[in-house]
Amino acid sequence: MVQYHTVGFDASFGALSDATRRGVLEQLGRADASITDLAEKFHMTLTGMKKHVGVLEQAGLVATEKVGRVRTCTLGRRRLEEEMAWIERYRQLWDARFDELDKVVEELKRKEKVDGRNKKRE
Amino acid sequence: MDATRKENEAVPMKNHTTAERKSERELVVTRTINGPARVVFEAWTRPELFKQWWVPKSFGLSLLSCEMDVRVGGRYRLVFKGDPEPMAFYGRYIEVTPHSRLVWTNEEGGDSGQVTTVTFEERGGKTLLVMHDLYPSKEALDDAIASGSTAGGMDEQFEQLDKLLASLDTSVGRP
Repeated sequence: MVQYHTVGFDASFGALSDATRRGVLEQLGRADASITDLAEKFHMTLTGMKKHVGVLEQAGLVATEKVGRVRTCTLGRRRLEEEMAWIERYRQLWDARFDELDKVVEELKRKEKVDGRNKKRE
Repeated sequence: MDATRKENEAVPMKNHTTAERKSERELVVTRTINGPARVVFEAWTRPELFKQWWVPKSFGLSLLSCEMDVRVGGRYRLVFKGDPEPMAFYGRYIEVTPHSRLVWTNEEGGDSGQVTTVTFEERGGKTLLVMHDLYPSKEALDDAIASGSTAGGMDEQFEQLDKLLASLDTSVGRP
């Protein structure tokens, strides 16, 4: 069983909270693109797009590489890594749920004990 | 001596939850619960108990109704408050073996829904829960993961991570 680290999730979520940035990820999912291409596609200034790509890059969602004068963007996370992140969130969700289940079971056990004692007294 | 005893009798230790994609079509979640299988099974099958733990506050979801007819062929239906429409999760139980095994379908997503099997295995007064989701195809599981980890289906206005956790994964609402 592999253990997944939670570090970096907040950055990812922040990065994904913006519609343009989600669009950029979708776009890069289809094909790599330069920042100029992306700026044109999303009707933005080059500076604006650079900022968005910077946020995505910091979250590890996008990688960029400068070749000559062109900076090319690619999806930074491979599918497997995305899947691992998803599974970790899924695990956390079940962990929270099972913590609550533990409480319910604890309460049921306590009640059974009390009932048992009362029955003995009767 | 006393100190040792105190440690042993302290509040039960929090058990670890594991989650793993076992194969192209399977997801498995495990957790040990501090109680006998009989009691844990009860908490899964009595709606008034089930409601107490299935939707932790941190999910930011409210359960509007919960109907469970826990017997082979019986149906369940959970309805959550949604925006704008309520969200319903439903299916039917295809195996009910008291204190050891529950199997149900997840039908709200049409035929891409998974079949969920939960086994309850008692070990020294505790119960190992194994929750196994079997998807009809690799694509169905890939899609379930992709809809939660990429742009699709995400609410732009989420404020807390907890709310996000709930919105990312539509399977949150399933029993």
